[in-house]
Amino acid sequence: MYDAPHYTRQETGVTDVKIKAQDVQVYYGDNHAIKDVTVDIQDKTVTAFIGPSGCGKSTFLRCLNRMNDTIDICRVEGDIRIDGDDIYDKRVDPVQLRAKVGMVFQKPNPFPKSIYDNIAYGPRIHGMARNKAEMDDIVERALRRGAIWDEVKDRLQAPGTGLSGGQQQRLCIARAVATEPEVLLMDEPCSALDPIATAQVEELIDELRQNYAVVIVTHSMQQAARVSQKTAFFHLGNLVEYDDTSKIFTNPEDSRTESYITGRIG
Amino acid sequence: MTDISMGGSAPKSSLTTVDARTRKRNAAEKRFRAYGLTAIAIGLLFLIVLAVSIIRSGVPAFTQTEVHIDFTITQEQFDDAESQMLKTSAYQKLFIAALQSQLEDRGLEVSFDPAAIERLLGKTGGTIREYYRENPDQIGTPVRFELAASSRVDGYFKGRVSRDTVVDSRFLMVSDLDLVDALHDVGIITQAFNWNFITGSDTGVDNPGGAGIGVSVIGSFFMMLVVLVLSLPIGVAASIYLEEFAPQNWFTDLIEVNISNLAAVPSIVFGILGLAVFIQFMHLPQSAPLVGGLVLTLMTLPTIIISTRASLKAVPPSIREAALGVGASKMQTVFHHVLPLAAPGILTGTIIGLAQALGETAPLLLIGMVGFIARAYPEGVVSGFVDPNSAMPAQIYTWAARADAGFYEKAWGGIIILLIFLLTMNIIAIILRRRFERRW
Amino acid sequence: MPLLWLFLIVLAIAAGAYVLARVRVLAMAGENRRALHSLPVYYGSNAAMKSGVPALLVLAVWLVAQPLVIDTIASGHIPDSAIAETTSRGLVMAEVRRTADGIDMAIASGELSETAARDPQADIEDLSARLSDAGAILTSEITPPVFRAAQELRALSAVGTQAMTIIVVLIALFGALWALRETKPDFRARNVVEQGVRGLLIAAASIAILTTLGIVLSLVFNTVEFFRLYPASEFFFGTNWAPSFSGRGGASDLGIVPLLWGTFYISLVALIVAVPIGLFAAIYLSEYASPKVRAVAKPLLEVLAGIPTIVYGLFALLTVGPLLMRVFGDEGLGWMQAGTAVMTAGLVMGIMLIPFVSSLSDDIINAVPQALRDGSYGLGATQSETIRQVVLPAALPGIVGAILLAASRAIGETMIVVLGAGAAARLSLNPFDAMTTVTAKIVSQLTGDSDFASPEALVAFALGMTLFVITLGLNVFALYIVRKYREQYE
Repeated sequence: MYDAPHYTRQETGVTDVKIKAQDVQVYYGDNHAIKDVTVDIQDKTVTAFIGPSGCGKSTFLRCLNRMNDTIDICRVEGDIRIDGDDIYDKRVDPVQLRAKVGMVFQKPNPFPKSIYDNIAYGPRIHGMARNKAEMDDIVERALRRGAIWDEVKDRLQAPGTGLSGGQQQRLCIARAVATEPEVLLMDEPCSALDPIATAQVEELIDELRQNYAVVIVTHSMQQAARVSQKTAFFHLGNLVEYDDTSKIFTNPEDSRTESYITGRIG
Repeated sequence: MTDISMGGSAPKSSLTTVDARTRKRNAAEKRFRAYGLTAIAIGLLFLIVLAVSIIRSGVPAFTQTEVHIDFTITQEQFDDAESQMLKTSAYQKLFIAALQSQLEDRGLEVSFDPAAIERLLGKTGGTIREYYRENPDQIGTPVRFELAASSRVDGYFKGRVSRDTVVDSRFLMVSDLDLVDALHDVGIITQAFNWNFITGSDTGVDNPGGAGIGVSVIGSFFMMLVVLVLSLPIGVAASIYLEEFAPQNWFTDLIEVNISNLAAVPSIVFGILGLAVFIQFMHLPQSAPLVGGLVLTLMTLPTIIISTRASLKAVPPSIREAALGVGASKMQTVFHHVLPLAAPGILTGTIIGLAQALGETAPLLLIGMVGFIARAYPEGVVSGFVDPNSAMPAQIYTWAARADAGFYEKAWGGIIILLIFLLTMNIIAIILRRRFERRW
Repeated sequence: MPLLWLFLIVLAIAAGAYVLARVRVLAMAGENRRALHSLPVYYGSNAAMKSGVPALLVLAVWLVAQPLVIDTIASGHIPDSAIAETTSRGLVMAEVRRTADGIDMAIASGELSETAARDPQADIEDLSARLSDAGAILTSEITPPVFRAAQELRALSAVGTQAMTIIVVLIALFGALWALRETKPDFRARNVVEQGVRGLLIAAASIAILTTLGIVLSLVFNTVEFFRLYPASEFFFGTNWAPSFSGRGGASDLGIVPLLWGTFYISLVALIVAVPIGLFAAIYLSEYASPKVRAVAKPLLEVLAGIPTIVYGLFALLTVGPLLMRVFGDEGLGWMQAGTAVMTAGLVMGIMLIPFVSSLSDDIINAVPQALRDGSYGLGATQSETIRQVVLPAALPGIVGAILLAASRAIGETMIVVLGAGAAARLSLNPFDAMTTVTAKIVSQLTGDSDFASPEALVAFALGMTLFVITLGLNVFALYIVRKYREQYE
């Protein structure tokens, strides 16, 4: 059916549960967008959310760092814990949470600033560097981790908007990494990119797995198969099936999952 | 939970404890939000102060202090007065006698002299004589005279003049105020609605009491007629051309650039244009509402064109395609389908443009439409367009620029009337928009 | 009213042509509408258009051109010797026109017969008396050359009006005949009519160009005239503004510098008030306010923009001025001499500009893509950090454009400064001093009974030119910035 992911390393040993979501409900006004979603997301793993458009996968992703807070009519119920802390607890400041749970968006969205300032923005607001040298250090480390250092090291003061689409997206990934998050959320990070840039970003995602729990929403099943170890299939606001990627793509348990991956619904 | 060393070096902290830095950042957030709220509050405060000062200072213009006297004159008295040398003073004596007897009826003893009556009420004798000469049949029957008190007395009741500030003069003596108070107590002096302010014309600089805004309302009306008749068709035609027909070329660009720049040219420059082109060059009559209307038309056109184009743009292309698809020409498509659909939007924009033009003052001053010209109503429609007249805002300006503080009240009152017109126009525009708003 | 009649005659001819063309084409097609290229309406409209439009155009041009031509001819009848030292040809011609109008009035009231008015040997003194009896207003004695010129003017206008009537009617008739001749069933009437309508549309759109042209020409001609009477260098660099009111000539100082300083200072105060308040209001409305608050606060703020400037002028003169006097006047801090001052006008103008700045900035802030905000929130930035460090820098060019537009508004504002700023032109740093502006002086130099030939009146056109150039420059620059900014996010 699908080629075996060519650069996915097989998991060895046990991994920890990083995010534990239980009975999550999301409402947009009267619209019940997410229904009873329960899922454990593991550390050092790439987890893919797949499903047809409007199935709620992006909505659920945005619950994990409370990005939905910025939408007035959105209401979240249920229990989401990161390392045991309930992120919807009243005492939790979403600002601190988002430093811990970074996010990369569908369209590359570099700020209209220099490449350096794009990366330094997060560390600066979180007060992570005491002086210029430390900041330089953080920027370089983030850019290296975003696999874009070699391409931009000579023009750090050039505007970030001047880069190509693929470079911009890697810049945004580097920007997210710069605040030292523990989880990286990616909302269809390759949908605006050409195939070559997509391949570069996918390779980067695979490398990021060494350090972070990565959750990626994708509309491309091939991409899910290529980069993820775990896959969750959403349909009409329900989490239909969640299992090892290889299992989902070769031997799904639910008939809806099978219909989707064979292209009959979607 | 096991603590696996992360990619970063930051110490792992619990999410449920807010650290000092975050607390500081959240405080900054609250402050910033407060700045925004303060800005809005200041803006609204200005609006309230403006509204309050308009109403507080303007409402008195709508009332007028009046003296009511029941007066009966016999045929003999009339003949006697008419036969005298100083006829009006004879009537005045009759008037004073009537006033005195009415005061006595109410058990009030105040002494006053004729000069005081003249200071309070002006030349009453003339008014009375005029009345009986015109209505001889009223001789012998009781008549109630309602006489407007002088502007100082009016000011006394409205708080403009007080016992502390008044200085003895030929206009008002401090002692007069005792009489005024006494008359007020027994109900001979009362406050009444001032119709003359709404229907009257401008007066000389020494008579703020009699000044009215009626004539300049008519001047504004004729001006708005010119603006409407010219700017609506021209504005719509220009918008249709630019939105539906204009090819992409230098000429279209030139028109576009001109329109967007004219929209931002100071209004006084349009006044200069009107003075130089319409009056100096074309010799159109000075101070005429026709010329004012022409100037305001040129000024309003960009506004109307911009809003009309927006309404035309809002009509979806599918409508045009449907009409073209059944074989209508481009012109038929526009006039039969697009224009009717855009009409409510165009009308709304036009009304708002007219409201803007109605409040405009500066260009009118340059073409000579100043307040003191508004002395008489025009005799007919043609005279309404070409005879010298003023307009509401120019009339208000004239009053504001006069030295007598009595005119300030009139200026504020004029503003209330002007704002009522503007409010009505805007409400009509809003209703039109609500009623015909279409969501495609 | 012969002009009205002529107009109605042309309309009647056009209406007749409409009916005839319609009837004719239907008759030719034998009542078979399908045989026609266009609907019958279009044949009628074609005829009406061809008879009416050219005739009315000629009428309009004639009406504008005739007085100019006749003036030039009549002016030739006045020898240079008849123009006194103290006056100019323009003033004498104004007198000629008044005399001609007076003769018309006298004839209308029966004081004068037409033949007596045309009599070249008429007794001037007797005539003057008759004219003033008829209520004509003459400023000075009629001199023989003026009277001759007035007679010539009347004769020529009579001839001109007659010729105009005949020619216009002929054109209308000719157009109607021509249109009727070409009215045949296979004539493409609709296309022709649509071409005509298109022409009208283009003409309407061109009025914008004509208006600009009119502004530029009326400013340029009078400014050139002014610089002929008054040296340009003294106008642009003179630091004293003291026009003499006595009349023409004399020692007027007409330096623009103090006026520009007043304009600049008042605008600066206005912007200092309007920009922070407007900008913060826009930020709150677009980023923080709930839809409900926005729905109430935004229109309320915009009410401030809909209030006529005369209201603000009065507010400055009668409310704000006295209020400031109480604090900064002699009884308070003693910085202020009178209620009218830079501060008064600037403050009130600032209030007027708040909604202007806030709604422009609101649009511009809303144009910043949501993706940028999301990116910032995703990194754990608070809302204010996002606004200050991402949204505002991104919106900066647009906001600068909005501020420039507001500045151009402030510079061109008239009524507030006429009523609130005072009349004295001075170069001072004290914001509580009365100062005056370019616009206020345009008003004061052009209102009243000044004649347009004196430097004291003409200077207003030079001031207008300066104002026009400054505001136009600011507008073009600001619109350019804003457009560039919008393109960036489209």
